[in-house]
Amino acid sequence: MKAVKIGSGRLRLSWIHIIISLAGLIMIYPLLWLVSSSFKPALEIFNSTSFWPKTVTLEHYLQGWAGLSGVSFGQFFGNTFFLVGMCMLGNVIACSMAAYAFARLDFSLRNIWFAIMLVTMMLPFHVTVIPQYILFNKLDWVNTYWPLILPKFLAVEGFFIFLIVQFIRSIPRDLDEAVKMDGGGPIKLYLYLIVPLSLPALITTMIFTFIWTWNDFFGQLLYISEIELYTVALGLRMFLDAMGQNNWGALFAMSTLSLIPLFVVFIFFQRYLIEGITTGGLKG
Amino acid sequence: MQTWKRMWARNGVGYLFLAPWLLGLFTLSAIPMGASLYLSFTEYDMFTSPEWSGLDNYVSMFGDDKWRNSLQVTLTYVFLGVPLQLLFALFIALLLNRGIRGVRIYRAIYYVPSLFGGSVAIALLWRQLFGREGLVNTMLGAIGIEGKNWIASPDTAIYTLIILLIWQFGAPMVIFLAGLKQVPTELYEASTIDGAGKWRQFRSITLPLITPVLFFNLVMQIISAFQAFTPAYIISGGSGGPLDSTLFYTLYLYQKGFTHFQMGYASALAWFLLVAIAFFTALIFATSKKWVYYQE
Repeated sequence: MKAVKIGSGRLRLSWIHIIISLAGLIMIYPLLWLVSSSFKPALEIFNSTSFWPKTVTLEHYLQGWAGLSGVSFGQFFGNTFFLVGMCMLGNVIACSMAAYAFARLDFSLRNIWFAIMLVTMMLPFHVTVIPQYILFNKLDWVNTYWPLILPKFLAVEGFFIFLIVQFIRSIPRDLDEAVKMDGGGPIKLYLYLIVPLSLPALITTMIFTFIWTWNDFFGQLLYISEIELYTVALGLRMFLDAMGQNNWGALFAMSTLSLIPLFVVFIFFQRYLIEGITTGGLKG
Repeated sequence: MQTWKRMWARNGVGYLFLAPWLLGLFTLSAIPMGASLYLSFTEYDMFTSPEWSGLDNYVSMFGDDKWRNSLQVTLTYVFLGVPLQLLFALFIALLLNRGIRGVRIYRAIYYVPSLFGGSVAIALLWRQLFGREGLVNTMLGAIGIEGKNWIASPDTAIYTLIILLIWQFGAPMVIFLAGLKQVPTELYEASTIDGAGKWRQFRSITLPLITPVLFFNLVMQIISAFQAFTPAYIISGGSGGPLDSTLFYTLYLYQKGFTHFQMGYASALAWFLLVAIAFFTALIFATSKKWVYYQE
C-alpha cells in the first residue's frame, strides 16, 4: 500500500513539474524570441517560424549601436549609468539618514513625521508632478539630470526609508550601548554601527533604485529632450519613432542590450530582490 | 537661551538626520500638492500667470468624453488585469509550494517578467508580438487561425496591455510564496487525519490564512495599475490610440499637461486620480474586515 502511495505522489509531483515548466516556458518565450530575433537577418525575423537563426548576424547590433543623429547608443548607456549611479547614491545617503532618525533618535513630533512619511508612500506622483515641473523649469533645470537626481538626495521615496527603518529596528540596542560607552555620539553611532550593520537593507535600496531608474520612462520623457542627454529608454523610443516598423532588427538588438544590466543585477542580487519584495512590499 | 539650548540638545541631531527628507517633503511633496490643488481651480498654460476659474476644470472634466473614456479604459485595465494577475500569481505559488525540487529556479523564471515588464524594451516587444506580422499571429497561423493586428484594433488593443500586466505576476507570486510558507504544516496534517480533501484544505486552511497577503497584494497592485503609463505610451506611440482605446488616465493627464500645456486642467485630473485611488483603497480596507482573516 505504502509503495503505491509514494508512486502516485511522485506521479502527481511530476505532473506539477510539467505544468509549471510549460507555463514558465510560455512566460519567457517572448524574451527568448526577442534575443534570437536580434541575431536574425531582417528577412528571417518575420518569414521564418524557427526559433534558432539560420544565419547569425551582428548587423542589427552594429546598426543599432551607431544610434541616430550622430549620437551612439553607447552614449545613451553612459548617460543612463551616470543617472542610475547618482540616484543610487542619493537614495542610500538620504533614506538611511532619515531611517536612522526614525528608528533610533528621539525628537519631538517624530511619530507624526513618520505617519506623514507613510502617507506620502501611497500618493500618486501625479499630484506633485506639475508644480515640480514648473519649479524645475523656473530653475532652468529642464534638460539636465537635476530633476531626476535631486529628489533622491531628498529621500522622496518613502518605501526605502520604511524598509531601512524595519531593518534598523532589528539591530539589537545593546550594540548601541557599546558605542556610547566608548564615548561615541549619535553621528558616530550612525557611521560606525548602523550603516555597516544595515548594509543588506542598503543594498536592497540600491538594487531597487537601479531597477526603477533604469525602467523609468515618465520622468525622463518629461525632463530630457536633448538627444545628447538621452537615456536608453528615450533612445529606444526615438528609434521606434524614427524607423517605425522598418527596422525591427536594430530595435530588438538595442532592446536586448537594454535588458542585460537588469538581468545581471537580478542574477547577482536575487536574494536582496526577493528580500525587498517580501519584507518591504517593493514592487519588482 | 537656556530653553533653546535644551531644545537643541533634545532635537538637534534628530532633525539634522531628518533634514534632507524634511526639505524634500516640503519642497517636492507638500508645497507642490498645495500648488496643484490651487492650479486645479485655475487656467494655466505656464506662459501667462494662472487665472482663477473656480470649479470650471472639474465641471468640464465631467462633460469631457475623452476623460470619461480614459477613466473607463483605466478601470477596465485595473479591475480586469489585477484580479487575473493575482489569480495566476496565487495558482503558480500554490503549485510551487508543494515541496517540489527546483523551486528557486522556477521562482526566478516567473519573476523575470516582473523585473523587465515596466521597461520601454518590453513595451516595444509587445508592439511586435501582437502586431499583424507578430509572433502571436505566426503561432496562430501554425494552427490554422488567421489573426489580425491586435494592437491596431480598437476592440483588442487594451487586452494586449492587460496581458502584459498579467504577464508580470511574478512579484505578487513571490509575496504569496512567502505567505504560504508561514502556514503551519500541522494544520494540514490534522485535517488529513480528519479526512479533509485537497480542495477542502485549500478552502478552509490555506485561503483564510493567506488573506492578509492577498489583501496586501490587491492594494499594492491596484494602486500601481492605476498609475501605469509606459506600456500604453509606447504601444500607442503616445496617442492612446487606436480610437483612444488605450488612452490610460495617466496618458491623458500627460497629454493635457505637457503637450497641450493645460496645466490647470491636468492638475484637476491629477486630483481626481488621487481621490479615485483613495476611494478604491478605502473600499478594500472597509470590506477587509469581512474577508481578511488575522491570526490572534
